[in-house]
Amino acid sequence: MSKILMKGNEAIAEAAIRSGCRLYFAYPITPQSELIEYMARMMPKVNGTFLQAESEVSAINMVYGAAGCGKRVMTSSSSPGISLKAEGLSYLAGAQLPCVIVNVQRGGPGLGDIQPAQGDYFQATKGGGHGDYRLICLAPSSVQEFADMASEAFDLADKYRNPVMILADGMLGQMMEPVEFKPALTDEEIEELGEQHTDWCIHPNQDGDLKHHHEINSLEIDPLVLEQHVINLYKKYAEIEENEQRHEEYNISDDNEILCVAWGTASRVVKSAINELKAEGKSIGMIRPINVWPYPYEAIAKAIGPNVKQVYVFELNTGQMLDDVKIAVEGKVPVKFWGKVGGIVFTPAEIKEKLEECFKE
Amino acid sequence: MEKIAYRPESLRDVPFTYCPGCMHGVAHRLIAEAIDEQGLINLMTGVAPVGCSVFAYKFFNFDMAQAAHGRAPAVATGMKRARPDMHVFTYQGDGDLAAIGTAEIVHAANRGEQMSVFFVNNAIYGMTGGQMAPTTLPDMKTTTSPYGRDTDDIGFPIRVCELLDTLVAPYYIERVSLLSTPDIIKAKRAVSKAIQYNKEGRGFTFVEFVSTCPTNWGLDPVQSREWARENMLPFFKLGLFRDKGEGAE
Repeated sequence: MSKILMKGNEAIAEAAIRSGCRLYFAYPITPQSELIEYMARMMPKVNGTFLQAESEVSAINMVYGAAGCGKRVMTSSSSPGISLKAEGLSYLAGAQLPCVIVNVQRGGPGLGDIQPAQGDYFQATKGGGHGDYRLICLAPSSVQEFADMASEAFDLADKYRNPVMILADGMLGQMMEPVEFKPALTDEEIEELGEQHTDWCIHPNQDGDLKHHHEINSLEIDPLVLEQHVINLYKKYAEIEENEQRHEEYNISDDNEILCVAWGTASRVVKSAINELKAEGKSIGMIRPINVWPYPYEAIAKAIGPNVKQVYVFELNTGQMLDDVKIAVEGKVPVKFWGKVGGIVFTPAEIKEKLEECFKE
Repeated sequence: MEKIAYRPESLRDVPFTYCPGCMHGVAHRLIAEAIDEQGLINLMTGVAPVGCSVFAYKFFNFDMAQAAHGRAPAVATGMKRARPDMHVFTYQGDGDLAAIGTAEIVHAANRGEQMSVFFVNNAIYGMTGGQMAPTTLPDMKTTTSPYGRDTDDIGFPIRVCELLDTLVAPYYIERVSLLSTPDIIKAKRAVSKAIQYNKEGRGFTFVEFVSTCPTNWGLDPVQSREWARENMLPFFKLGLFRDKGEGAE
């Protein structure tokens, strides 16, 4: 299949449909409006459900109902809307329901603005809703990767019975890049995917023979039962941490004097700065976490070569991933941070200047 | 000897969690009987709320979901859209449906979602210990209106049937009570109609039960029913608001 020039918001919507998503519930918000509009146009063409909910709260609870029936279901929003979904995310995680949530981040806090930002890292990776749970969280850095993550997210959600968030931003949502799609799943393949959940999901009993009573539920009023439930969730999260750490290595070598860590849109700018410094004969590498939960702590620790004298974290926030990098580095070398906020994206020249100061020290 | 009284197949043989004198068990039974009568047990599913009936997902004998407070109509929407071959109902109390879940019920009704909603109105929050509900009557004392509901301060009770009756889409809306045997027989007819319309895919059906809460009202079950008849029924008038199947709109 040839490449198509597409906005990230549309590419993720198309990729989700190709991945077997036939149910989508959402509420309009900038800068993800093209996503909901694409779904409104395309879902009827594949006999899918598009429903514009009365609120983000309702949308995520519609996801809860559809996911409880074992079907591939998605919702999307931008930062303030994700806050409204936080209640539902906690219930989805507690009831262990597979689903995909797309966050096209914008500037915050509060209503903030509608420009790209990475201020929802804490919310996405450390909770957001109440209680002891984790979201699997994928962070794309290109339109192609954004689209590829649709099927990855649904597969992970199904495999672990856990909600999966794709943490993009207004830049990735709004910009156009060439994208190549995987072949669409057939209706039969989608049907088969649903069958993997029949041992727990809501579905009819057959022929008057009451075979099952399934409960889609996050309530365990007996503390001893809840304790065991949370321990079981914790075991599942440990398994996810073991299996699903993903990162990209860029220009990593034993010669590196500086190790950069950046994710999503920010990592693209850092790459440009690294290329310019490399052309000037400087040795500098970057680790880009692709999954921000589980976090690639080991990859960062391993990338600290013998000559690294500084780890530098760049984000479009005030330093939210910084804490995770510090955990990975374990104090072995100093960790610096520089970021931009308010929906303003730093330039390669600005990053280069920061890194050059480091080389001088 | 013929067995003439038995547990409906749609109710599981598990202990209920309700207080003595509570009417939830009666409401559950009416719904279960109607589902049995329509032969829907294999295709039925439902959503339990937050409140005293939070454990309803354990009581019905088919797959059930438990929803966040007030969100049952949204959860049921997702279920029905995902499984159009199944039939779904929600079971909600007054705090759940008429306070925290006001948006969800109004918009599910406005979309004409294919679902039945059973709304138990006893003018109080039971599970949390007797706080003021959106349907608490004027001057009625609760733990959060200890001097009586002051309508100048907090407004009047919400009449949900009347509110939903302003919308175009709902197919069937009726308010019944569980306050006497004849009332319960009438309530059963309303529940049966809602489940029948649900089976036939007619649209959104809504039955409100005026009920009691002896525990939090501080009255015995008989006094509770008398109190409700004297105080609730004048404000929450029983009757059929809409039945598109019978041409009543």
